[in-house]
Amino acid sequence: MKKKPFLLAAEGINKSFDGFKAINDLNFYLTEGELRTVIGPNGAGKTTFLDIITGRTRPDSGNLEWDTDHDLLKLNEYEIYRMGIGRKFQTPTVFSDHTVIENLLLSMAGPRSIWHSLFGRVTAAQKERLAEILETIKLNTQAYRKAGELAHGQKQWLEIGMLLAQEARLLLVDEPAAGMTDEETYRTGELLLSLAGKHTIMVIEHDMEFVRQISQGRTVTVLHQGHVLAEGPVEKVQSDERVIEVYLGRKSKAA
Amino acid sequence: MNKAPAASKIRTPLLIAMAVFLVIVMPVLNVAGVIEDFTLNVWGKYLCYAIMAVSIDLLWGYTGLLCLGQALFFTLGGYMMGMHLMLMIGKLGSYNSDLPDFLVFLGHTKLPAIWQPFYSFPFAMLMVFLVPGILALIFGFLAFRSRIKGVYFSILTQALTYAAALLFFRNELLMGGNNGFTDFRTLLGANLREAPTQRILYIVSAILLVAVVAGCKWLTSTRFGLIQRAIRDSENRVLFSGYATANFKLFIFVLCAMIAAAAGALYVPQVGIINPGEMTTERSLEAVVWVALGGRGTLVGPVLGAVSVNALKSWATRAYPDMWLLILGGSFVLVVMFMPKGIIGIPAQVRALIAKMKNRGANSRQPVTTKQDAEVTEP
Repeated sequence: MKKKPFLLAAEGINKSFDGFKAINDLNFYLTEGELRTVIGPNGAGKTTFLDIITGRTRPDSGNLEWDTDHDLLKLNEYEIYRMGIGRKFQTPTVFSDHTVIENLLLSMAGPRSIWHSLFGRVTAAQKERLAEILETIKLNTQAYRKAGELAHGQKQWLEIGMLLAQEARLLLVDEPAAGMTDEETYRTGELLLSLAGKHTIMVIEHDMEFVRQISQGRTVTVLHQGHVLAEGPVEKVQSDERVIEVYLGRKSKAA
Repeated sequence: MNKAPAASKIRTPLLIAMAVFLVIVMPVLNVAGVIEDFTLNVWGKYLCYAIMAVSIDLLWGYTGLLCLGQALFFTLGGYMMGMHLMLMIGKLGSYNSDLPDFLVFLGHTKLPAIWQPFYSFPFAMLMVFLVPGILALIFGFLAFRSRIKGVYFSILTQALTYAAALLFFRNELLMGGNNGFTDFRTLLGANLREAPTQRILYIVSAILLVAVVAGCKWLTSTRFGLIQRAIRDSENRVLFSGYATANFKLFIFVLCAMIAAAAGALYVPQVGIINPGEMTTERSLEAVVWVALGGRGTLVGPVLGAVSVNALKSWATRAYPDMWLLILGGSFVLVVMFMPKGIIGIPAQVRALIAKMKNRGANSRQPVTTKQDAEVTEP
């Protein structure tokens, strides 16, 4: 099969946990600059798929190519991160004992050596970038507060800010709207939309309102039992009978 | 005990006050005759323990690695110094031989090759750092590469310490067996049995302690320090932030082994003996207790803990020889239950208590609101 220049290409991926097939012959492609939303019922393998991309879990079989000539399956977590793949976890995972600015500083793109961590200085450009990110994620008044003291929504935003500081090429965003108010959810959607194009973004989400807001005619992928069930614009996917059967039909929010 | 307290920074004025008191005031008082030679010597020993305690704090309080092998590194440093001191005895030993007494006793007539270079003081000093450093490097590399964490890491370090102690108890190792090394005479030509030599050793220990605390203070203020504490709180997230956490842990583990070893090397000429009893797991656990009692994650807390527990021990083992372990255990239980931040956290706890009392006082002056509150909260 001839391959198009995809940023991320997953082919024939399988993964079982104790006989349960979490990922079943999964084929998934992302092009540079795309904003892709992935939906699917609980247990569809969404988070497992992210675990595989980020090196947390190794698949039983399959290929995972990054930028056409890197095999992600041969790299570990921090090597994959250094390829430019950043992840926002489902539950906000920030360093709660560190301040907001320290969280961003730790994520800042740059050398990751021990030497640099001891003697490297924060450059003026980096300081400017930090201020910019704080502005973007609307936490500039909270910069010196401990991340653990932030509200749930603010933690989610901080984690997105950490991905921005990393200058990730691919942002993997796992349920960003979980536990947010409608207002916060909407603003998160706006934030992700403003980042689309500059970064490649893959969002995993349950909230169909949110999915409609951010997809805007872009491709939505429906996962079911670890396999791609349907792909297309949100309207088309929503009217797909198989999708309705396994997922949307059971969700009142999707109606 | 799982959730580590926030890393509070030791303030520079406090550090300077500590330095002036330990490095200048104590020796001056000793020369003036206010502090006895014996007391200063005992304090020198406490300060060596304090250095080891700081190394445990750097590992446990700041990086979340509870190492039960620091006594091993401490003792290894001590043994390396001890080998040099044994050779410096010369013909003054019981057998009037150039060989250390225990080797003569074991029937040796020639100095084993491994002992030969220890005639050189610089070589012995190099070994003080290299031997524990390389052991920590190999052990740490294997442990961190296999992602051994938490309690499993503690158990492994404990096993390593136990195995090393068993090895050093054997005469075949040619390290003096269970008697270890003793009967030291001179160090760099100075008589170890004279007060001025001991005073200098005390001062060197005090300077090393201050330098180690200052160095750790700097280290924890860098981005390295941020990563260290991030590893303690959420190592996976650090991995997903692009840091090779195993390398960072290995660096800190080797550094702490060397700090403990330096303390051990200064300890030996001051107490005049080193034997495998010092490298048992109980000794490591005891050192962990000093850190917990003093307040971990504070750098100065471990110093307070090491000095106060050992001062208490010196007193209690004389006054109540049978009760000593109960006193230590009891105080540990008390600290865990009532002082989660250790001795160093007492002022903050007292302040909180006073604030609470004041609030209560303020409330009682407004009985109406209190009553209303009570009605609302109590169903």
